[in-house]
Amino acid sequence: MLRVVLIKDLAITRGERRLFSNLDLKLGASEAAVLVGRNGAGKTSLLRAVAGLLRPAEGTIAFEGDAGLMEADAARAEQLHLLGHQDGLKSSRTAWEELRFQTLWTGGTEETARAAAKRFDLMRLLDLEVRRLSAGQRRRLALARLAASPRALWLLDEPMAPLDAGQRAAFGEVMREHLAGGGMILASVHDPLPIPTRAVEIGQ
Amino acid sequence: MKAFGVLLRRELSLAWGNGGGPLLALTFYACVVVLLPMASGRAPERLAAIAPGIAWLALALAALLSLERLFERDYEDGTLDLLALGPAPLEAVAVAKCLAQWLATGAPLALAAPVAALMLGADLKVMPLLVLCALVGGLAFAFLGGLGAALALGSKRGGLLVAVIVLPLFAPPVIFGAGALDGYSAGLPWTGGLLLMLAYCAGAVALSPLAMGAACRNALD
Repeated sequence: MLRVVLIKDLAITRGERRLFSNLDLKLGASEAAVLVGRNGAGKTSLLRAVAGLLRPAEGTIAFEGDAGLMEADAARAEQLHLLGHQDGLKSSRTAWEELRFQTLWTGGTEETARAAAKRFDLMRLLDLEVRRLSAGQRRRLALARLAASPRALWLLDEPMAPLDAGQRAAFGEVMREHLAGGGMILASVHDPLPIPTRAVEIGQ
Repeated sequence: MKAFGVLLRRELSLAWGNGGGPLLALTFYACVVVLLPMASGRAPERLAAIAPGIAWLALALAALLSLERLFERDYEDGTLDLLALGPAPLEAVAVAKCLAQWLATGAPLALAAPVAALMLGADLKVMPLLVLCALVGGLAFAFLGGLGAALALGSKRGGLLVAVIVLPLFAPPVIFGAGALDGYSAGLPWTGGLLLMLAYCAGAVALSPLAMGAACRNALD
């Protein structure tokens, strides 16, 4: 299992613009860090760089597991959830079809998908097409895959934005359990998360 | 391997259900096949001579139809991020998408091709070869089309761009297939064309996933 994420001297450039440079961050088991900074500071880009979708201009991102340094591609394919602004759901498919696919694809099973659907209060919605769901319901459906397939590192981009107060508290509980089990969370937020976190300032 | 099966099933259901799926491709195919003889003048014997060729060319055009959305829809709604972080590399994701595209539109079109050729007055004896050409050629069209779709990711008016990228790549299988069909119906040597098409198809299936994976990675960056 993934234990430590080590970011060293990272710099990200988009087009001609240097978003940030010399970023160092060490995230260990059971730790949560939130990225704060103005719009366009590079929070999303940092999350995507950790996920391996974006090539950093300089610096390294390393993953350490129980047996020392892990191969980055393997760590990303097995140990990492990325939840971006978009929920990644097809509007013409039913909620259950999408949750089932996302869970199986990320390494869970149908049982864990059902359990996660219960956890996120989605059971009534499973037969509906995604297009019929509200923004908050969609986000819950996307969040459900985090609980459905066990992966150590959660990269969350504004995860709480469309959720109501009750759902925020419920998701806070899910995050607390994830951390208690040795998981890690790296999130970009404007509102504080309902869990103890360390703030990391992004941008000049 | 299990993950690949899960993905293939999802892609199949998307290809079958969204954007018209096989029904749209078949209708388009029927339209082209009906229009071409209207433009070629009234001479049934001339039409019969070019019937297999028309049925074959129309297949290539119909294969272009739903290509634009092959990667674009996953790119737009964020699913491509999820697919990139799965147990299979993006190259395998691309293979699953192209295979699903072939099963959902290429294979039904291949079965429709002999019906169209028959309507145009082609000889019955070329039908088995036409179906074979259409199945194999359809596989090449699906993979080359996927290549165009992946390269056009993120561009505006991607559909047009896909056609411009892909149609030149369709030329060799169209020529080889037509050569085989022509030779066969005229009683000339025909296996050469078929073998060349099989080779081209094998090359497309083997190489284009590498390019598609790289193109997707580039689009996500």
